[in-house]
Amino acid sequence: MNKRIIVAAVASALMAGASVAADVEVLHWWTSGGEAKSVAELKKMLEAKGHKWKDFAVAGGGGDAAMTALKARVVSGNPPTAAQIKGPSIQEWAREGSLGDISDSAREWDKLLPKVVADAMKYKGKYVAAPVNVHRVNWLWINQDALNKAGGKAPANYDEFFALADKFKAQGLVAIAHGGQPWQDATVFESVVLGVGGAKFYNDALVKLDPKAIDSPTMLKSFDTLAKIKTYIDKDAAGRDWNLATAMVMNGKGGMQFMGDWAKGEFTAANKVAGKDYACVAAPGTANAYTFNIDSFAMFNVKAVDAKKGQLDLATAIMSPEFQEVFNLNKGSIPVRPGVNKAKFDTCATKSMADFDSTAKSGGLEPSFAHGMAVPSATQGAIVDVIAKFMNSNMSSKDAVAALLKASKTK
Amino acid sequence: MQIRASADRWLPKLVLSPTLAASLVFVYGFILITVALSFTESRLLPNWEWAGLERYADLFDNERFWTSAKNLAIFGGLFIGISLIVGLLLAILLDQKIRGEGFLRAIYLYPMALSFIVTGTAWKWLLNPGLGLERIVQQLGWTSFSFDWLVNPDRAIYTVVIAGVWQSAGFAMALFLAGLRGVDSEIIKAAQVDGASALTIYRRIIIPTLRPVFFSVTLILAHIAIKSFDLVMALTGGGPGTASDVPAIFMYQFSFSRGQLGVGAASAVMMLMTIIAVMVPLMYAEARSGQGSR
Repeated sequence: MNKRIIVAAVASALMAGASVAADVEVLHWWTSGGEAKSVAELKKMLEAKGHKWKDFAVAGGGGDAAMTALKARVVSGNPPTAAQIKGPSIQEWAREGSLGDISDSAREWDKLLPKVVADAMKYKGKYVAAPVNVHRVNWLWINQDALNKAGGKAPANYDEFFALADKFKAQGLVAIAHGGQPWQDATVFESVVLGVGGAKFYNDALVKLDPKAIDSPTMLKSFDTLAKIKTYIDKDAAGRDWNLATAMVMNGKGGMQFMGDWAKGEFTAANKVAGKDYACVAAPGTANAYTFNIDSFAMFNVKAVDAKKGQLDLATAIMSPEFQEVFNLNKGSIPVRPGVNKAKFDTCATKSMADFDSTAKSGGLEPSFAHGMAVPSATQGAIVDVIAKFMNSNMSSKDAVAALLKASKTK
Repeated sequence: MQIRASADRWLPKLVLSPTLAASLVFVYGFILITVALSFTESRLLPNWEWAGLERYADLFDNERFWTSAKNLAIFGGLFIGISLIVGLLLAILLDQKIRGEGFLRAIYLYPMALSFIVTGTAWKWLLNPGLGLERIVQQLGWTSFSFDWLVNPDRAIYTVVIAGVWQSAGFAMALFLAGLRGVDSEIIKAAQVDGASALTIYRRIIIPTLRPVFFSVTLILAHIAIKSFDLVMALTGGGPGTASDVPAIFMYQFSFSRGQLGVGAASAVMMLMTIIAVMVPLMYAEARSGQGSR
């Protein structure tokens, strides 16, 4: 008698479990103001389609904490519907056999997405992830007042850049606002390699990791340029957060900063206007190139039929023009697909959109190395270690190239 | 009567068994899993394909691992050494039957109540050349004063020592103070009658009797040093660059953010080996001297 009640209870619990699995559960680490608003939008769209949204937000550590939680869930055989994973990590997860095919939602995507982007979302020719937004990394942010005082012309190459930096120094500013954290060092490095060597060289050296490109005079020159940039950074930069460096540019303490377009969020939050208070230009020598950092949701293997339906609807919703517009307005990035209403985007964003389209055609569209879009995390980490060491010691450019060559072979 | 006797036998075992089982599984079990992982091809997720010593080869070929090992040696040595000396000195000074001892003791012990994260963040601000000590001294008029250890790659690890000692010296002091109170006053009086100076009494009588306290303090500080993660993370973030990296940070980054679980596990095993290498001789020496005195 008692036993039967227990069996019934267990069975109903299991059934409840099964219906929970049909919810759309999304792992992400978008918990700050603008980002949280963007996620709420996605939730609304899915609930409109009759699915139940189950938020699985894990804050902190730039996603490290979330990844740890995700691994635990996948190993225990209970993956979420989708998780915020990007770049080659998508391939790593797919190789582990954890990702599911979402081709049914993605029939049109080949037409909508540039090829480099589409390839990053596919594993063995099948879509396994949906792209959310595009960040441009190779931006240079300049204080407009200081720039006007120095002649008003944004630098198009490194000679002009250093001339401008000298003028900023003469004005009593920290010429280059920078935060001495490894990923920020890598962000500057990536823009310098792109500016010194061009998109083709960038691709050979930092995406394909071709030893010939890495062990070359161009790479040596990139490190020399980086070494010179180092001399314009104040010594308090060690460990400074990127947004504090952005604040320096904003308050007129710093002249300019190399940073991706998430820096714009800081300017916007402080009611600063592009073209009046600050200038957003492509990093020196990179006007015809575009390093992208694309956030995406990787779709995990879900078995239940209704769960699969929810997953496909999620993928469709992510790529819809409405979601792309609202999300990216909140996040400060740009939509990944054409056909989105551009009216509400600001000048920096519209410039970013135009460049995204033109570089997609010209071949200057490259995955960002520093932000985990180009190479697997192990190799990226090893190379970032070299860059961080170079930025924080008196390592010579020649030694740096040799160390880079060794690091690029990390697997 | 008989029931009570048998209860005396099985009750302690019963009460202890959950703890025993839990630590067998969650401590020793996981140590075994980590050791096993360090011999596999594991990348993002555990993968039980045998790789022999390859992960250790990767680890020893990694310059960053050696940086972190060197930093651990510097930090561990100085942290334990200075904490012991400062703790002992404070304890001896407090033991001079001074007024307000309780109050002073609380002040010295207070840092222990903070977490390492708070300590690290506070010292980060204090030592930052543009915000803290250097700026204040310069504003007071000594304009050539410079103290930029926090942002100097060759000195950053020493700032971790400063913050660590600040936090833990009070704890060492408390243990030493307890030890000092336990020293038999008859022996000291006898020595005084024999005409020994205060210095000799401390050097020849009191400090040798504190031997077990030295042992306990070293044991506790050594494992704090080897597993230190939060203090370094908050204070320098392992920087500038990777200049103040320690094995715990290395292990965390390789296991969880770089998808090299195998290498991370190998470095964790090396940390375990370090702890064993430090602890076993210490415990062995202590156990032997304990037997000798009996």
